[in-house]
Amino acid sequence: MMFPRLSEIPRLVLLVLFALLFLFPFIYMIAFSIKPVGEIFAGSLSLLPESWSGLANFPDALRAAPLLRYLMNGVIVCAGILGFQLLFAVPCAFALAKLRFRGKSVVLGLVLFGLLIPIQATALPMYLGLAILGLLDTYAALIVPFVASVFAVFLFRQYFLTIPDDLLNAARLDGCGEFSVMVRIVLPLITPAATAFGIFSVVSHWNDLFWPLIAIRSPELNTPPLGILAFRSAEAGDRYGELMAGTVIITAPLIIAFLLAQRRFVEGISLGALKG
Amino acid sequence: MTADALPANSLVPSSRRSQAGIAWLFVAPLLIGLFLFLLLPSLGVVILSFSDWKLGEKNIAFYGLANYMELFTDPVFWNSATNTALYCLFVTPISVALGVWLAVLIESSRLGRVFFRSACFLPVVSTTVAMAIVWEFLLHPTLGPVNALLVLIGIPAQRFLSDAALVLPTLAAYGIWENAGYVMVLVMAGLKTIPSDLYSAASVDGADRPWERFWTITWPMLGPTMVFVVIIILLRVVRVFETVAALTQGGPHRASEVILYTIYLEGFNYFRIGYASALTVVFLLVMLILMLIKFRLLDRAAHYQ
Repeated sequence: MMFPRLSEIPRLVLLVLFALLFLFPFIYMIAFSIKPVGEIFAGSLSLLPESWSGLANFPDALRAAPLLRYLMNGVIVCAGILGFQLLFAVPCAFALAKLRFRGKSVVLGLVLFGLLIPIQATALPMYLGLAILGLLDTYAALIVPFVASVFAVFLFRQYFLTIPDDLLNAARLDGCGEFSVMVRIVLPLITPAATAFGIFSVVSHWNDLFWPLIAIRSPELNTPPLGILAFRSAEAGDRYGELMAGTVIITAPLIIAFLLAQRRFVEGISLGALKG
Repeated sequence: MTADALPANSLVPSSRRSQAGIAWLFVAPLLIGLFLFLLLPSLGVVILSFSDWKLGEKNIAFYGLANYMELFTDPVFWNSATNTALYCLFVTPISVALGVWLAVLIESSRLGRVFFRSACFLPVVSTTVAMAIVWEFLLHPTLGPVNALLVLIGIPAQRFLSDAALVLPTLAAYGIWENAGYVMVLVMAGLKTIPSDLYSAASVDGADRPWERFWTITWPMLGPTMVFVVIIILLRVVRVFETVAALTQGGPHRASEVILYTIYLEGFNYFRIGYASALTVVFLLVMLILMLIKFRLLDRAAHYQ
């Protein structure tokens, strides 16, 4: 156990104050999620409830809206997006880093150009295209626009460039084709890069509101952010304890995952800095 | 590559021709996706911006720059552009300053580094919409603890989200809360690249005070990283949408309407596809300028390494 030196105390006090400022909404979210309605309306500042009957907020919230269904939708959509992103991007990045072919520089140029286009740019035509195909308001509408991630290609290509050619050539001499070189030699090496990208992708799509708001109409397809919005309007006003219990349920999966793997999350989300 | 590394290329079972074949096989799925979901829609939005098309109408007429002319005289557009600019002007500098300060403070602390870092980073990971709803409750005019606190110290309760003068600063406060931890993490990565001998050298020269060390070493060494960080944060902040959609819907009286929200309303609520496309193109141009600056900086950083 380390004890602070006297000279360090002002800094620690300051840091604790700021940490509290950042944590304040989380603390209140949890505190109010277990308060009965009466206590909330009494407007007290106390964090602990006077009676534990507020714990019923959680089962009540789950009865009021299919929150677990919304979480499940989040899992389906994020897993679908990430799966296709890896499936498309890894071979492409491998080819761009390690194989010779005509037109390589053109493909690379297109990938780099693609990095400049944000989702907001493509939303309108994408919406029209999906409407024409009759695919709006489906899981496909939530997944398809994101499957070709040029950002993933860019990242994995950088990573593949650091793998020595000799390693690949040794495998080729042993009779491996390009496909098995990729699957047997390269894939095991990219786990760290894939983890970081996976966290980045899942966090951004789990939290995204813009595209699901446009693409989805049916409540049963709600992603977590849409779900919590729907839950709030259904609650219409005064059942704040339930609403806070709902937000706890919706935010818990990512927060718990973050607390369990903080370093990985920081790495993954910092990747976003490259994407813009 | 293969040929350079191994002179006896014929020894390598997969000949160059089959390598090219398999390379295209590897590249094709992504390339098709890139065309369908990125390049084609981007081209589409530019073309639509010259049209008067509304969803559901059979006819489409192209009338050149009319949408852009309308846009530049549209008070709704200027209002949103001004709100977005003000929001960026609030959020970017304060998040960056706060993030740098937190990073330096936390890195120089012996105790609780992991805890402080996680506390500041938590808002970055959390679902914005859900946390915005929590904020809405915290700021509730009668039930919220923030107003209870204000009343306790003798300030009258405020209607943070329905007062036209307060709504944008309130959303900006959320933006700072959400982005400062992100800056902190990026700056911490930058701090790690500063050699520690520089600090010992400075202390030999008599720069012992924390702020002396900060201004003589940390700040100049962070310089290039900082420009990069400012652009990244600007790129995030200019896309503000979630909090507006969840908390204010642009209100009261458009006092918190931002560009992306206007695009959303015009395109997906009023279905004025042509006009919304023109708005998108203008928004894109701003983003594109920021991104080009960023890539130039990245490129330069790569050359220095």
